Amino acid sequence: MSAKATVERRAFVARLMGGIPDALVVTGLGSPAYDVFAAGDRDASFYLWGAMGGAAPMGLGLALAQPGKPVVVITGDGEMLMGMGSLATIGAQRPVNLTIVVLDNGHYGETGMQPSHTSLGTSLVTVAKGCGIEDAFPVDRLEGADDVARRVNARDGTAFAVVTIAAEEPPRALPARDGVYLKNRFRAKLGLPPF
Amino acid sequence: MGGEVAQWQEDLYRVLKAGRIGQVAYVPDAGHAHLIRRVQADPDIRDIVLTTEEEGVALAAGAWLGGQRAVLLMQSSGVGNCVNMFSLLRSCRFPFVALVTMRGEYAEFNPWQGPMGRGSQEAMELMGIAVHRVSEPGAVAEVVSAALDAAFLAGDRVAVLLSQSLLGRKKWERK
Repeated sequence: MSAKATVERRAFVARLMGGIPDALVVTGLGSPAYDVFAAGDRDASFYLWGAMGGAAPMGLGLALAQPGKPVVVITGDGEMLMGMGSLATIGAQRPVNLTIVVLDNGHYGETGMQPSHTSLGTSLVTVAKGCGIEDAFPVDRLEGADDVARRVNARDGTAFAVVTIAAEEPPRALPARDGVYLKNRFRAKLGLPPF
Repeated sequence: MGGEVAQWQEDLYRVLKAGRIGQVAYVPDAGHAHLIRRVQADPDIRDIVLTTEEEGVALAAGAWLGGQRAVLLMQSSGVGNCVNMFSLLRSCRFPFVALVTMRGEYAEFNPWQGPMGRGSQEAMELMGIAVHRVSEPGAVAEVVSAALDAAFLAGDRVAVLLSQSLLGRKKWERK
């Protein structure tokens, strides 16, 4: 893994978010949430602060409920590994408006940079393909964000991008932690009442 | 399996239709088999088979973010698989409805079903989910309908436990 080119996570997420202004976004907990927030807070960004393993299935429920809008899950390798079964669930549904972006540094960054399974043999691209998500691909350049954004906006098939990022820890940028607030502002953005 | 379908099983489908449920997520159980077949045949309801029940908790939250009502079907053994994911519901006050078919409590042949079956109600209550139990076939529709109201009109988290006695004895011989 270490021989691969790596991408700076904040720059990648900022470039991706810049290219998907209309997307509904769900983030996994930890650094991906900080990256998305640092790129500019949006009402249609829902940041998980827990529920590890839940980002992808949450994105699935959202994508099925909002078929006319692009839905993007932005999460880390550890969070995706915990919810790996959900790739089989998503592979069975394959909503055309769902894209999952895994920021893969091969480590559990939030807890002291212990190596994760993606450093130890697991290929999430291969797992996703094995689950029937055919448009699963690695990204190892910053410019790859443009290609991911294009797929998001096209809404023409479930896509799964694994971005090889450097195992760095950029300054923390903390989004709101009040789940009720995050939920209600997200729904309001879609014209839905609170609850 | 197969054979005659109990009225309460058809009632479940009717109540979910009346409640405008758009997504039904499940890990299969024999007690839900009829409902799952009905949902699969309904173009207005998306059926989503899960690898583990906790996916359904997150999926239901995502559906609600997008303005759609979802219901999770599972058997009691699945409750334990969900415990941490239930925190998502309480942290964000997401509405939630689970229909749980019970094992380990009535004419149970498999002792391995006992521990989680016996702990299911308490596990959900510990995580802030209100639990209603139904043991009378004629009460299924009313209680599930009440659960949908509590969730989607009042924003509450509700589970309905369908007693194993509703399902009768499991036949262990295969022909």
